[in-house]
Amino acid sequence: MPTVNLTVNGKAVSANVEARTLLVNLIREQLGLTGTHVGCDTSQCGACVVHVDGKSVKACTMLAVQANGSKVTTIEGLANGDKLHPMQEAFREHHGLQCGFCTPGMVMSAVCLAKGHPNLTEKEVREGLEGNICRCTGYHNIVQAVLAGAKAMGG
Amino acid sequence: MYDFQYHRPASLADAAKLLQSAGDDGKLMAGGQTLIPTLKQRLAQPSAVIDLGGIKDLAGIKVDGNAVMIGALTTHSTVASSKDVAGKIKALAQLAEGIGDRQVRHCGTIGGSIANNDPAADYPAAVLALNATITTNQRKIAADEFFKGLFETALKPGEIITSVSFPVPEKAAYVKFPNPASRYAIVGVFVARFGSGGTGGGVRVAVTGAGQGGVFRAHKIEEALSKNFSAKAIEGLHPPASSLNGDIHASAEYRSHLIGVMAKRAVAAAG
Ligand SMILES: Cc1cc2nc3c(=O)[nH]c(=O)nc-3n(C[C@H](O)[C@H](O)[C@H](O)COP(=O)(O)OP(=O)(O)OC[C@H]3O[C@@H](n4cnc5c(N)ncnc54)[C@H](O)[C@@H]3O)c2cc1C
Ligand code: FES
Ligand code: FES
Repeated sequence: MPTVNLTVNGKAVSANVEARTLLVNLIREQLGLTGTHVGCDTSQCGACVVHVDGKSVKACTMLAVQANGSKVTTIEGLANGDKLHPMQEAFREHHGLQCGFCTPGMVMSAVCLAKGHPNLTEKEVREGLEGNICRCTGYHNIVQAVLAGAKAMGG
Repeated sequence: MYDFQYHRPASLADAAKLLQSAGDDGKLMAGGQTLIPTLKQRLAQPSAVIDLGGIKDLAGIKVDGNAVMIGALTTHSTVASSKDVAGKIKALAQLAEGIGDRQVRHCGTIGGSIANNDPAADYPAAVLALNATITTNQRKIAADEFFKGLFETALKPGEIITSVSFPVPEKAAYVKFPNPASRYAIVGVFVARFGSGGTGGGVRVAVTGAGQGGVFRAHKIEEALSKNFSAKAIEGLHPPASSLNGDIHASAEYRSHLIGVMAKRAVAAAG
């Protein structure tokens, strides 16, 4: 079985996986980080979004072996102890969620989108979140949250 | 997903060797944004997957005289944000920015998109309209020779795309009517004009999303635009529905109509 060595949320991790193991399965089932969700099997919903070397990707559409040697950040890696990440705080403040299933992916996509862009426009946010589907909110509050979160991150 | 042998070669030569020794059952992987969903659905069962991701010199963008050369492994997001591409062929950067979503663009590559030749993919329209040349580990292939039908290309077993070279046009634009869920093209039209006042060969127009055999050139529209590059000149010249694809997303009649509308918008956008 191939071995993968990764840094996940700042910690070095080594795991044996099958070649076919998806990154999301490694994260959820072997590392026990169940904040990253799986909402579809067609690579369309974005519930599984994590950062690999700083870029948002769908963890259900990447093999664990492809991520060998990379730095992975999941939703669990955003907060600083009890202090939420500004984007998480903005989702809470602006009620950017209802059932919460899409939220980890939304937040991870939003953090990547907002990095270096504190003054995103509503259009940019809506286009930037095209790969994240929410069945509850109608998106309005998510967009408000991301606009505020981007400002709070300050680029 | 069925299991397979995974290889991550560091050079093109090693990749070619691995592909050859895997025989018919070997599959190349670039960004995985098409291959992995296919494997998940068990629509393919390769014995070996050869990941090109470790071959660093396959990624990158170079301006080479009057052409922009894009390495096969260059991601859609790199093309979309490249100053070189935007400066020389803005329509190409805009096309890349319109593929799928940000997460797909962070992984998906131009080589994978072209090799896959999905009839609703965006890049094939740019390759055909801009008369690009595809370079592989074995030869150079002209765009007009490359796309052979639905999901079919001129690539032979064992052949690996290394780069795509796009001649810089005088004007160009790509306009698509995207499927609202996947962002794939229901109809996409790429219009490119080369040189001025040329006859026939001066304007190339490629249509994706609509053809029964995948991407194709709209010759009647090309001829009309070579004489008079204006949206008015192509009124009513869109291909008839009988030659087009109809499915749950759009009927052939609707696609025929959309080609006319997208072509006119592309001409207007090209200026
Ligand atoms: C949700 C979603 C939405 C999408 N929306 C769009 C869209 O709007 N427009 C669009 O055009 N595409 C869209 N795509 C497809 C996307 O652009 C893919 O990235 C692309 O089609 C394949 O590129 P890849 O690098 O991921 O290739 P892979 O999936 O790795 O490979 C695809 C195929 O190409 C072969 N291959 C890869 N590289 C090479 C090479 N260098 N030489 C020879 N063969 C090679 C592989 O063997 C495989 O058969 C979407 C995908 C998803 C998941
Ligand atoms: S689980 Fe739906 S895109 Fe990954
Ligand atoms: S809050 Fe329920 S899916 Fe988005």
